[in-house]
Amino acid sequence: MKSVLEVKSLYVDLPLPAGMLHAVRNVSFHVNQGETVSLVGESGCGKSMTALAVMNLLPRKGVRRAEVLSFEGRDLMKIDDSKMADIRGNKMAMIFQEPMTSLDPCYTIGNQLEEAILQHRKVSTAEARDRAVFLLEKVGITAAESRLKQYPHQLSGGLRQRVMIAMGLMCGPSLIIADEPTTALDVTIQAQILSLLASLQQEFEMGLILITHDLGVVSRTADRLAVMYCGEVVETGTTEEVFDNPIHPYTRGLMDCIPVPGKTKPGEKLGSIPGMVPTPIGELTGCSFRNRCPSASPDCARTETRLIEISPGRAYRCLLSPEACAVEWNRA
Amino acid sequence: MATSAPISKILDAGLGETVIFPSPGQVIRRRMRRHKGLIIGGIAVLLTFLVAVFAPVLAPHDPYAQDLSKRLIPPFWHEKGTWDHPLGTDNLGRDYLSRVVYGCRISLIIGFSIMLIAVTIGTTMGILAGYFGGTVDMVVSFLVTVRLALPAVLVALAVVVLIGGSMTVVIVALGFLIWARAAVVIRASTQQIRSQDYVAAAQAAGCSTIRILLTEILPNLADNLVVVATLEIGRAILLEAALSFLGMGVQPPTPSWGLMISEGKEFMLFFPYLITIPGTALFILVLGMNLLGDGIRDVTAPEGRT
Amino acid sequence: MIVYTLKRLGLAALVAITVSIISFMLIRLSGDPAIALAGENATSEQIEFIRIQYGFDRPLVIQYLDWAHRALQADFGESPYFQQPVTRIIGDRIGVTLKLGVMSLIFAVAVSIPMGVLASIRPNTWIDRIALSISVMGQAMPSFWFGLIMIIVLGVWLRLLPISGTDSFAHYIMPTIALGYYGIPAFMRLTRSGMLEVLSSDHIRTARAKGLRWGKVLFKHALRNAIIPVVALAAVQLGFMLGGSIVIESVFALHGIGYLAWESIGRRDLPVVQAIVLLLSMIFVALTLLSDIINAFLDPRIRVK
Repeated sequence: MKSVLEVKSLYVDLPLPAGMLHAVRNVSFHVNQGETVSLVGESGCGKSMTALAVMNLLPRKGVRRAEVLSFEGRDLMKIDDSKMADIRGNKMAMIFQEPMTSLDPCYTIGNQLEEAILQHRKVSTAEARDRAVFLLEKVGITAAESRLKQYPHQLSGGLRQRVMIAMGLMCGPSLIIADEPTTALDVTIQAQILSLLASLQQEFEMGLILITHDLGVVSRTADRLAVMYCGEVVETGTTEEVFDNPIHPYTRGLMDCIPVPGKTKPGEKLGSIPGMVPTPIGELTGCSFRNRCPSASPDCARTETRLIEISPGRAYRCLLSPEACAVEWNRA
Repeated sequence: MATSAPISKILDAGLGETVIFPSPGQVIRRRMRRHKGLIIGGIAVLLTFLVAVFAPVLAPHDPYAQDLSKRLIPPFWHEKGTWDHPLGTDNLGRDYLSRVVYGCRISLIIGFSIMLIAVTIGTTMGILAGYFGGTVDMVVSFLVTVRLALPAVLVALAVVVLIGGSMTVVIVALGFLIWARAAVVIRASTQQIRSQDYVAAAQAAGCSTIRILLTEILPNLADNLVVVATLEIGRAILLEAALSFLGMGVQPPTPSWGLMISEGKEFMLFFPYLITIPGTALFILVLGMNLLGDGIRDVTAPEGRT
Repeated sequence: MIVYTLKRLGLAALVAITVSIISFMLIRLSGDPAIALAGENATSEQIEFIRIQYGFDRPLVIQYLDWAHRALQADFGESPYFQQPVTRIIGDRIGVTLKLGVMSLIFAVAVSIPMGVLASIRPNTWIDRIALSISVMGQAMPSFWFGLIMIIVLGVWLRLLPISGTDSFAHYIMPTIALGYYGIPAFMRLTRSGMLEVLSSDHIRTARAKGLRWGKVLFKHALRNAIIPVVALAAVQLGFMLGGSIVIESVFALHGIGYLAWESIGRRDLPVVQAIVLLLSMIFVALTLLSDIINAFLDPRIRVK
């Protein structure tokens, strides 16, 4: 299968008044054509920063570095801003968390949709318009023609997110990055948007990076996933592998937080992970999860953790062996 | 500094790094030390204030004493200047340094008094509009619009001339004319504070409206009030100067800077110091007030602006 | 949009009425306007004659309604000083003031918007600092003093520009700078803060994610949003500038209505003063109304419901 995006040892640093924030640390993953890869974790774990680093849309002072950051064989670390702008919105599109504020209030939907393709393709405005109508219908918006003349404030959040998706598809990208695309929406709308994304991805054979904190979403849509904690990937594998057999204590903790139909009894308490996510500011040593980990030992503060590969594409970040992790977890 | 200071909150990041969050007071003190505008403005205002207080000590001559034999002596840097009159004399032979020094008093007294009237009216209206909203808000907004529609300088001139140009009339007329900005700013802040949970808590606890206004709203407006008051003093000083310059504010022989510029205007082509000196004094004082006001706003702002 | 406009119109009318009452009452502050009009050496018969001639013996409400009714037909009575209709005196001079006001506004906008945009895209750099310094100094500089300094330096020492009068475009340059400079801080701060806010907003990130070039993001999306409050401010500032022209016109001896008002106050020419106060207020009301409508026109969230 053709690889679309390859990320190896990505770091993102943000200078803050309190010190240097190491938002993303040594993150590696790849996305193949037609495949959905999910980045999972709590808010502030570096998922969004990873996505913005790939798009080269980091906040003004943010700095990224990576061993490999290649998109369709091109090294994104080496190309200049205008070449990157040629890729953005064209070959690689992004959908954001906040549909309510992600569209420019001063321009019509049509203008903003057409703008995306007029930037990258030599097409007439009429062709751009046709493409916009076609895609609005694709994302399930009725009366697409008349919607083009509407302004964002006239649409509901769900419709706006559909418009955002259509906008991302205008140039037929090979990779879509969806950053918590459903978080701001009603539950019923969430499911619609997700299945829409999944079907469009199938249809256009795009790679999809789905960023979410919702494991339910991951289990339904992702082929593979990377669990992130405090800027690092702590566990990665296919969705099936990770869900059937979580290794890292953090992944196990997350799994315990979701009810399982047929298994979780009424009235039974769901799990929770005590403590708070630490802020990765300044010099960092040892395992990031140790202050919340039931299996932590003094070693965890002293020894650097590594991502340990147990089979191709399946890895976890802990000092203990997978078996020891399981034993410790069941004891706690 | 960080190690010796009291640590108000420690969050052990669990990563071998202890992140220390300074207390609000420390944050403000640190920001104050770093804020150049605030420091420069503060020094300018403090110096002007000291000059005003110690005017009798600092002024070498009586600012009102005329000596027609010593008309238009240039300042010391000029070859014809003397150290007896460091900043020279005006066309009536009055010592210019003494007049500038006493002018500090006039500017500060007038500026402060106008500000007191304007900020009292503006704050009252702003708090009422912001807290009660609805009809009260509409009435206040209406009054603000009406006030802004009136040309302030022109109306002030007319009032001063028709009632008679004493310092009190100037102060009251301008005080009643420049409250609009204070009202707008305080209204916005009050609306913000009003939506806070502690106000809802006080309401739920059955506190009277007066009590909520005085103990919950007003103290939280304090920072904003200081900022507005400082900026309004600067504006009031400028307006008084403009009125006096037009000959319809403070009346001669009072040493108001605006009036001094007006009196010096006739001779400015040959004796430019007659307008540059009081003008510079005016500029420094108002600049100082503005820098101080902006600076206070910056250091007390929740996020701190850079 | 229609409801919005009607509401604004209603408010403007209400403000106009209130302002007219204030202008009407203004000249009665000294007590008896007949005494003020008659002058200091008038006999009691002369005062009584003026009282009846101007109708000051009637009830205030009647006087106001009569005055307002005639004012609506652009009749402000006769100036005792000029012995001419007030409307004609003002009509002869308002052109100068309007010209000065509009030129000052253009000057202020032309300087401050590019400066504000530059400051916002390079925050905390030297460009930003210079822009900020200019705005801070502008707020502290007495405009009449700035005008006088320009007269000395540009007019007398360098002999670049004429120092008074209204004969040519060059005559307007210094007054325009002196008056316009006063508006720069407000425009610049609003442009800068508006741009900073918009540039950090989600839809700018969307525009960049679309691959738009920086220039297009900046001008089509950021400036378009940030300019809305600036346009609204422009109308209000023009009003302030017309009001502030009284100081600048007297510095440069420009014979506009500001200068006229200043002289008329000194001459106790009350009908003229009253008419100018009313006129400037009405212009301001009209300008704020205009600004509201332009605002609605520029902002689809208000225009399209």
